[in-house]
Amino acid sequence: MKKVLTHRLVLPIAALIALVAVNTIARPSFVSVTVQNGQLYGPLIDILRNSAPLMLVSLGMMVVIATRGIDLSVGAIMAVSGAVALTIIDGSPTPDDLGTVLAAIGVAVLIGLLLGAWNGMLVALVGVQPIIATLVLMLAGRGVALLITGGFITTINSAPYKFMAQGYVIGLPFAFFVSVAAIVIVALVERRTALGMLTEAVGINPEASRLAGVRARGIIWGAYAASGLLAGLAGILYSSNTMAADSNAAGLYIELYAILAVVLGGTSLMGGKFTIAGTVIGVFTIETLRSTILFLGVPSAVAPLFLAIAVVIVVLIQSPRVRGIVTRVAQGMRGGTKAEVAR
Amino acid sequence: MSSASEARPVVEMRGITIEFPGVTALDGVDLTLRAGEVHTLMGENGAGKSTLIKALTGVYAIDDGSIVVEGTPRVFRGTADAQAAGISTVYQEVNLCTNLSVGENVMLGHEVRGPFGIDWAKTHRAAADHLENLGLALDTRSLLATHSIAVQQLVAISRAMVRDSHVLVLDEPTSSLDRGEVEQLFAVVRGLRDRGVAILFVTHFLDQVYEISDRLTVLRNGRLVGEYAIGELPRGELIAKMIGRELDELDALARSADRDIDRTGDPVIRADGIARRGVLEPADVEVFPGEVVGIAGLLGSGRTELVRLLYGADRADAGRVEVQGRAARIATPRHAIDRRIAFSSEDRRAEGIVGDLTVAENIVLGVQAKRGALRPMRGAERDALVADYIDALGVRPANPDALVRNLSGGNQQKVLLARWLATAPQLIILDEPTRGIDVGAKADIQRKVAELSAQGLAVVFISSELEEVIRIAQRIVVMRDRRKIGELASHDIDVDDLVAFIAEEHDTQGILESPENVA
Amino acid sequence: MTSIQAPAAKAGFASFARRFIRRRVSWIPVFAAVALLVVIFVAAQAYFGNFLTPRVISALLLDNAYLFVLAVGMTFVILTGGIDLSVGAVMAFTGMLGASLLRDGVPSGLVVPIMLLLGATFGLAIGVLVQYFDVQPFIASLAAMFAARGLAFIVSLDSIKVEVPEILWLQSTRIQGAPGGFYITPTGIIALLVVIAGALVLAFTRFGRTIYAIGGSEQSARLMGLPVVRTKLLAYVVSGVCAGLAGVVFTAYTGASYPLNGLGTELDTIAAVVIGGTLLTGGSGYVVGSMIGVFVYGTIRTAISFMGADQSWTRISIGLLLLVFVVVQRLIVARSERR
Repeated sequence: MKKVLTHRLVLPIAALIALVAVNTIARPSFVSVTVQNGQLYGPLIDILRNSAPLMLVSLGMMVVIATRGIDLSVGAIMAVSGAVALTIIDGSPTPDDLGTVLAAIGVAVLIGLLLGAWNGMLVALVGVQPIIATLVLMLAGRGVALLITGGFITTINSAPYKFMAQGYVIGLPFAFFVSVAAIVIVALVERRTALGMLTEAVGINPEASRLAGVRARGIIWGAYAASGLLAGLAGILYSSNTMAADSNAAGLYIELYAILAVVLGGTSLMGGKFTIAGTVIGVFTIETLRSTILFLGVPSAVAPLFLAIAVVIVVLIQSPRVRGIVTRVAQGMRGGTKAEVAR
Repeated sequence: MSSASEARPVVEMRGITIEFPGVTALDGVDLTLRAGEVHTLMGENGAGKSTLIKALTGVYAIDDGSIVVEGTPRVFRGTADAQAAGISTVYQEVNLCTNLSVGENVMLGHEVRGPFGIDWAKTHRAAADHLENLGLALDTRSLLATHSIAVQQLVAISRAMVRDSHVLVLDEPTSSLDRGEVEQLFAVVRGLRDRGVAILFVTHFLDQVYEISDRLTVLRNGRLVGEYAIGELPRGELIAKMIGRELDELDALARSADRDIDRTGDPVIRADGIARRGVLEPADVEVFPGEVVGIAGLLGSGRTELVRLLYGADRADAGRVEVQGRAARIATPRHAIDRRIAFSSEDRRAEGIVGDLTVAENIVLGVQAKRGALRPMRGAERDALVADYIDALGVRPANPDALVRNLSGGNQQKVLLARWLATAPQLIILDEPTRGIDVGAKADIQRKVAELSAQGLAVVFISSELEEVIRIAQRIVVMRDRRKIGELASHDIDVDDLVAFIAEEHDTQGILESPENVA
Repeated sequence: MTSIQAPAAKAGFASFARRFIRRRVSWIPVFAAVALLVVIFVAAQAYFGNFLTPRVISALLLDNAYLFVLAVGMTFVILTGGIDLSVGAVMAFTGMLGASLLRDGVPSGLVVPIMLLLGATFGLAIGVLVQYFDVQPFIASLAAMFAARGLAFIVSLDSIKVEVPEILWLQSTRIQGAPGGFYITPTGIIALLVVIAGALVLAFTRFGRTIYAIGGSEQSARLMGLPVVRTKLLAYVVSGVCAGLAGVVFTAYTGASYPLNGLGTELDTIAAVVIGGTLLTGGSGYVVGSMIGVFVYGTIRTAISFMGADQSWTRISIGLLLLVFVVVQRLIVARSERR
């Protein structure tokens, strides 16, 4: 029993369940699912669909954080990716053709991958701090996206593209399947190959890993490239939802949401061991939180405030000082054994 | 030199005891510092030197005992308390701000202020005065970072004297200095001593101890061995007191040194003149298949530095390396691993174990790193390998899914050994593999090393326990003060012989007594 | 007693130059920034022909007054080795609250100090999180940014016009030399005063010198007995107050307050500070350099509008410049580490 209670997913799962429970009590319609034309609808289904972009970005962020890094550029990469895809479709004579759409998506995701690889090069090869390296793209990326769309918000009318975010497969949103596919692929790559273990080793003890012969450079590079690729895909989903390329709004603040999801799920910001299941739970928790806030009538522009409060609470709980206070309170005062006096 | 009998005690530490969870770092240690004396604190790893210093400088609180400074009992609750009591410290890493000017570093926190803020002209003048008191003439407006470590250290000492300290603690100040800079430092130290400052000097360079000290205190295993005037204690005796003559149950192990090594073919590795500036003087080393080469010397003599250069953990400035008779470039660990060389670091915690991963993952890490991320070891193959090594080395608990950080030191060491042996090396370098582990694990590891070398594995073995080195190695490379001073066959010598060899002032092969700076 | 000297000062230009460099090493990046500014000026003048006019140069100060103020505060924080991502959002929030209070008739003599206090509070909150709870500065300030942005929208979802004469006076008054010549506005004067104050504090107070010490080596500063905790907190408070002041300036500049103000401004500020020669690792840099950095930013923006090109090119150019500076900083550090 103790093993179940101390499993590190306990807190995240409990938090999510609590959140869902509170929601259901406040509005019983939260858990209701209706069927129309063989397709499922309802707040829960909305969460499954709307969480897809954040899911993709958070998976990428998780891997980057595991290497003791951070990727602040994911929102900008989303904007660029959306701009590229929509511009290609908009300029094509056959916007409804599946081939065109696939080509546009392919190019956009490839560009996301390249941008991620660029970040990876700065961090792994040149040795720039991850915050600054990705900050550059965060700065410049949206500007580039705006240029690609010529300063406007490009809109298109392509059915296959619309399907990405708004279509259904066997009753469930297509976007949800994209989420699932990403989770499965990341899990396979990280846990079926040795990549996950080597990444964790690099994050936990970089020096020991170096002496053991682990090729840290490649692993770090790959992490950022993956983050870029996933962000590119997320950009497609986002722009498919609105059928528009809004370079200023696409993925705005998503980097903080992603960091929060990863941390909520139990992966430490210090790097090292990461948990895919935890990140998934974290994403759903944040989406549920967002849905709650919206339901309460809070304008979406104000929502960041609540997320900020959530971030602070989570970070405080993880802080060693608070942990120390809690431990001491829980165990009562102990007679003074040795500890460093000065700090 | 001041006469010891008239010097008054400035600091009297009595019965100092400090305990950490699971270990007693200091047990009833006494230390007396007298005005106008240079007092050196000596001891090997784990002796308690740095703990005692931290007690004196207020970093650690003491569990038992008393500290009396200038006749007043003191309790230090932090570094500020110690500083207020007149005790200043200059650390090895020169804790100054190199991004500021020399003068500012000297006066930081005590700048001369006028009605509108800091008066820089007056502040720099005051700094120049303080520097001059030590015989230093520096451009106080120059950035500290533009000066050598040696000069930075002297600036740190100046700063200590700004507060007119009566006690100056110098913690390993000469580790990064060349011969000329050491002379400079000693001149300043002697000047301060003659002015009546009590100086506590910590170093592991034997020659320097005899050059500068008036008095010695020797610690071993957290206990006081004794306090001696420098004239009372010749080198050999000093070394003997530091390393002690402990009963060793493992003496019963048959001396594997009694084996013939075939040295006719190519050595597995040969290094000629391998060196790194400020870290190691040029040294030659070769190891033959099936041979165990031990490296002996005191702490800081350059043993670890030498093997790190062989492995590519650090980059060498000079020297040639040959593996199996062919020239090889080893500048990174990967180069070494590709040539089937393995290295187990002396710092298990920081450079060895990946604590949050399991025993199984730690064991396969070396093999996996070699294979690359995309070729994972398949379940059955992996489990079998891990089980084999857990069994062969006796890892307890024999649970491959236990987190390595929860294992005892001895078992962690076994896991690391397993990691390296799993890569099937032709040469394995073991840096202090038996330090800080229980006797049973020690015996297991030593037995394994003997077994493997009998099967043809070449081994380089570093240990501070000289009996261990003599027992296991066929040949012993002896290091002192960052130089290789010679080689001995272990066959007919015992610990006393080895100690005497280390202590010799003049090497019989005509190598100079003190290392000149090789640019 | 032996007299020990570092390479002594001999007569001659070579030794003068050497001594100058040894004393002023940390000024070199600032000189680089000045050189860059000159190059941009010359290039723009050559390309457009009518770039270097008193009108354009005066407008540089006028249009970017808020950024000068923000850059001073950011310099303090970055010098200690930290970072503050909240300044844009805090500027917007204080602006919104200020505009709303003014609209409700609260006298501006009360509103302006309230705005500054609000900024200080945000800074203090970040400082406490960083210093007492070991939260990484970018997370703490990122959370503050989110909070401030949300709060700005709570004040009002739309913009609020400011019609209070004292505030508008700050922007509309022009103190002019000759007609068509250089001019300056009160907001410009405020910006310059903040720069001067910042420079004086950093150079002549113990607080300022402690900031440099912390940036050089926090552990050393602590061991030297400097008040590290208090100083780091104050650095973030300074940044917050500057954000509040920037809120006043920007509100005066646009004559209104809009909750989406300052979106991305923190990045512009960081870029300006880095381009101006302040090292992101802390311990080296000058407020004057940050001022030059803001001039570079403003000049690039003006040049791009002269070209009639899309304004998003500004962010891209700044991003690229930042990249170049950071990479060069990194390469220099890497080279000295290897030695």
